[in-house]
Amino acid sequence: MSHQIYIQDVTLRDGMHAIRHQYSKKQIKELAIALDKSKVDAIEISHGDGLAGGSFNYGFGAHTDWDWLKGIAEELNHAVLTTLLLPGIGTIEDLKKAHGLGVRSVRIATHCTEADVSQQHIEAAKKLGMDVGGFLMLSHMIEPKKLAKQAKLMESYGADCVYVTDSAGALLMNDVADRIKAYKDVLDSETEVGIHCHHNLSLGVANTIIAMQHGATRLDASLAGMGAGAGNCPLEVLIACLNRMNVKTNSDLYQLMDLADDKIRPLQERPVRVDRETLSVGYAGVYSSFLLHAETAAKKYGLDTREILEELGERKMVGGQEDMIVDVALDILAKKEQAKTNL
Amino acid sequence: MHKIKVAIIGSGNIGTDLMIKIIRTSTLLKMSVFVGIDPKSEGLARAKRMGVTICDTGVAGLIKMEEFNHIKFIFDATSAKAHHYNYSKIKAFSDKRMIDLTPAAIGPFLVPPVNFNSIIDVNNVNMVTCGGQATIPMVAAVAKVAKVYYGEIVASISSKSAGPGTRANIDEFTTTTAKAIESVGGAEKGKAIIVLNPAEPPVVMRDTVFTLSEQKDKEAIKKSITKMALEVQKYVPGYHLKQEVQFDDIPEDKPVFIEGLGLRHGLKTSIFLEVLGAGHYLPSYAGNLDIMTSAALAAGEKLAKINSETTK
Repeated sequence: MSHQIYIQDVTLRDGMHAIRHQYSKKQIKELAIALDKSKVDAIEISHGDGLAGGSFNYGFGAHTDWDWLKGIAEELNHAVLTTLLLPGIGTIEDLKKAHGLGVRSVRIATHCTEADVSQQHIEAAKKLGMDVGGFLMLSHMIEPKKLAKQAKLMESYGADCVYVTDSAGALLMNDVADRIKAYKDVLDSETEVGIHCHHNLSLGVANTIIAMQHGATRLDASLAGMGAGAGNCPLEVLIACLNRMNVKTNSDLYQLMDLADDKIRPLQERPVRVDRETLSVGYAGVYSSFLLHAETAAKKYGLDTREILEELGERKMVGGQEDMIVDVALDILAKKEQAKTNL
Repeated sequence: MHKIKVAIIGSGNIGTDLMIKIIRTSTLLKMSVFVGIDPKSEGLARAKRMGVTICDTGVAGLIKMEEFNHIKFIFDATSAKAHHYNYSKIKAFSDKRMIDLTPAAIGPFLVPPVNFNSIIDVNNVNMVTCGGQATIPMVAAVAKVAKVYYGEIVASISSKSAGPGTRANIDEFTTTTAKAIESVGGAEKGKAIIVLNPAEPPVVMRDTVFTLSEQKDKEAIKKSITKMALEVQKYVPGYHLKQEVQFDDIPEDKPVFIEGLGLRHGLKTSIFLEVLGAGHYLPSYAGNLDIMTSAALAAGEKLAKINSETTK
C-alpha cells in the first residue's frame, strides 16, 4: 500500500488567480515543458476556478481552457496532465472535452460539506478512465471527523485520492495533522490522501510536510508559490526540504529554483507574498481567490480590503461566491453613510 | 369558478412546497393526487395529513387511478431523468398538460413575466430552474433597453434547501439555465453558476446577474430592471433588488474575452437580488424553492384561466 510521494504542480491553475487568469498560450506551453523536465509528477492546467471558470464572477481568462490545454499532453514525458473541475461551474461535457485533449487526471472540487454534489462528476471521470482526486475546499470550516465523512463519500464515488484543501490558508499545523489522521482512520488503504495548502499564515510548507508525515502522499505546490492569496506551498522550497529530509521525489531542485525566480516572479504584477491583505485572507478564513476581487472592490468603493475580507469571513461565504464581494462592499459603504448622517 | 384538478409527481422539497401553495393560495387549481415513489417519504406523509389523495407508485400508479381521468395539469417535480420517463407516459393523453419543474427542458422554457404568451398552446412547458426563474427576468429587462451580448448568473442557495434531486442535477441546472438566458433572456451567450452554502443559520437565496450589453442610457436600464422586479414580486413577494444596480464600462481598448464570443466591450451591468421564500414548506431562506413553485403555480393559474375561457 505504500505510495510514492507524488508532487502535483498547480502553477498553471491556482497560479492563474495571481495574474487574473492571463497566462498566454505560449507561457503555458513553455512552463509545462519546463516543469515536465524538472520532473514534477503532475501538472494542472485550467482557469483558476476550474474548467469553464472564465466569467465576470471569477474573471475572464486570456484564453479558453481548451486553447491552454491543446498540444500540451503531447509534450509531456514524465508528468501527468491534470485539470480541475468545480461542479456548479464546469460540467461533465467540459470534462470530456479536456479528456479529449489528453488530460488524464482531474480533481473534482466541492465545498467541504457538499461532497455529494461531486458524485456525477467523479463517476463520469472514472468512466473515462481518468485518475480522480476529490478536493474538499475550505477544509478548515468543519471539524476533522465530519470532513473525513465527506472524504469517504468521495471515495465511495470512485475517487483515487481525497485532499485536505486549505483554500483559505487558515489551518494551523495541528489542524492539518488532525484532518489527515481522520482521513486515514476512515479511508481504504488503497485510497491516497493529498494536501493542498495556501501560504497566507506562512505555513504552506510546514503544513504540507506535516500532512506528509501523517500519511499524505500527494502534495500540491507551485513555483514561487504562484497561486491565490499569499500563494500555495512554494514548490522549490518544498523540494529543498524534502531533499534535506531524505524523502525521495523525482523533482530537480535547481531547475525549479531557476523557473521560480526567472520565469514566474517576473509575471507577478501583484507580488504573491504574505502581506497585510493576504495575511487577512488566512486570518479571516476566506477563500484565497477572493483576494484580487476584494482589492478591486476596495479600490472602486474607497474601502480597506481587510474590512471586506473580514465581513466575508463573518458571513461564512464559500468558494465561488465572488459576487458577494461587491455586495459586502456596498453594505459596508451604506453603513458608513448611515453612520455619517447619524452624527 | 370551477377549479381545475391537478396532480404533482415528486414528493421532495419542491413538490411538497408546490402542493402547500396550491392548497393554501390557489383559487383556480385543486390539488387532486400527490405522487411519489417512496411510501415512507416525508412529502407523502405530509400530503396524507393535509387530506390529499396520494399515490406511492409513480406515474404508472397515477395513470391507473380513477382520479386521473379528471386531472388536467400535471406538475413534475422529480428530476430531469425521471421527467423524460413521466412525459413518455403522459403525452398519450391529449387532454393533459405537463408543467415541468425539472431541468429536463423537453418543452419550451417558461419564465412567466417574460414569455408567457408564446407557450399557451403546448402540452409540456419547462420552468427552467430556480436560478433561471430568479434571474432571466433581469436579463430580459436589460435586453429590452440594450442589445445583450452576454448574460451570466450566479445563484447561491443554502445547502439545506438543496435536496438530493438538485444535488444530482447540478450540470442540468447550469446548462439549462444558460440556454434559457439566451432563448428567453435574449442574451447572445449565457452562462450559469450555482453555489451551495452550508452556513448556519441558512443563507437566504441570492442571485447575481451580470450582463454585457451595448452602451445605452443607464437610467433607462435601471428603470427597466426596477419595473421587472415589480412584475416578479406579483407572484413572489419576497423577490427584491438587494443593492443599487451597478455599472462598469468595459472600454474598447480593454475588452473581455468571452468563450464563444471572442473579445467584447460595452456596458457591464451588475444586479444583486435576494429571494426570500414564503415559508410554506421550508423556512424563508429557501427562496429558491419559492421562486420555482410560485412560477409554476403562476403558470398553472394562467393556463387555467385560458382553459376556462376557451371552454366557455
